[in-house]
Amino acid sequence: MIREKVRVKSFKINDICVTGQSNQTILEVARDNNIEIPTMCYLEGLSCVGSCRMCIVEIKGSHEPTPACTAKIKEGMEVTTSSPQIEAARKMILSMMFSERSHVCSTCVANGDCELQSKSVELELEHSEVPYLNQRFEIDASHKNFVNDPNRCILCTRCIRVCDEIEGAHALDLAGRGLNMRIVHDMDEPWAASQSCTSCGKCVYVCPTGALYEKDISEEEVIKKRGIITELIKNRSQR
Amino acid sequence: MKKIRLATLWLDGCSGCHMSILDMDEKLIEIAPFIDVVYSPYVDTKEFPKDVDLTIVEGALSTDHDIAMIKKIRENSKLMLALGDCAITGNVSAMKNLFGSDVVLERGYLDLADINESKEYPSKIVPKLLDKVLPLHEVVHVDYFLPGCPTPSDAIYEMLKALIEGREINIHSLTRFGK
Repeated sequence: MIREKVRVKSFKINDICVTGQSNQTILEVARDNNIEIPTMCYLEGLSCVGSCRMCIVEIKGSHEPTPACTAKIKEGMEVTTSSPQIEAARKMILSMMFSERSHVCSTCVANGDCELQSKSVELELEHSEVPYLNQRFEIDASHKNFVNDPNRCILCTRCIRVCDEIEGAHALDLAGRGLNMRIVHDMDEPWAASQSCTSCGKCVYVCPTGALYEKDISEEEVIKKRGIITELIKNRSQR
Repeated sequence: MKKIRLATLWLDGCSGCHMSILDMDEKLIEIAPFIDVVYSPYVDTKEFPKDVDLTIVEGALSTDHDIAMIKKIRENSKLMLALGDCAITGNVSAMKNLFGSDVVLERGYLDLADINESKEYPSKIVPKLLDKVLPLHEVVHVDYFLPGCPTPSDAIYEMLKALIEGREINIHSLTRFGK
């Protein structure tokens, strides 16, 4: 296999001159330089899929916003991470996440420990800009320890990626299209009947909302260990 | 100084946000000299008055009566504030949207009823349920949003104080959806 040689590239983010390696993304270089870009589906250590579009940035010469988590850096590119258009687009994206499913914070176990909830504070969204769709999905509570509630899912696919890339089981995947898309186990079987699930709980830990949660614990007891996965990956790479 | 003519309205919600207003405790005394409560569950006014400066609305829109009332109130209010998650997102009130109003009526008046020989839902005097419970801003223009379940009393206090003093505030450090 011929490996592409890693080169150092210089470019600008918000008029600040930065450098990064050619295999890095805009988001990685921005974070290295303490430039904040909001993210949702991104989790350090997992692959990037750009499914949520929260990290969109403007690149000079491009007509459409680009997700910073999947865009590789280029020599001389000029990136803008915040503008009235970008802010408006992010608010619209967040509104669509809130309106697509039924995110009723007051009845959710993740109330107070939810990335969707805290994102509304970060992006200063106090009401949805689009009407609510009021879709209902069946809850899968068959597993002895965990519950999958698609009504609270934002389809970030962190659970799929952590199961595939870190646990190595690939017990989860997406089924359906568009508004009907949901997270399923194996060939859309009840969680308890999944042959490949190891019941490790990593999917539950990385879930940004209350879509995947531990059974029989109250809102006060919920601890989402999102950072634990990033630590795990760091420790493994050091071996 | 002219007092702010304030109305508060309780639609499809649990009244927790109205409790939260009362939870301001001694700060109510601080606010009181600047405010005249002209219509509210707190006072005994039957008709919604004209020329209200600010109407605070708790709860979602659930019935045809709610819709008619909120439109009339909007015409008579200079400013409207949606208070709490039910008014802003539908919240718990809108959870029945996933099943539909008929399922809820059936559950309430047939399945769980000990005495209902005619097997009918109430249809006279009581307002008709909408197919979908709606947040306020999907029907009328809303000027301010103050989310929370319930909205913390400090957020309500800061908001009212800012309106009295005629300045803008950033509500996001004070409250958010849920708790």
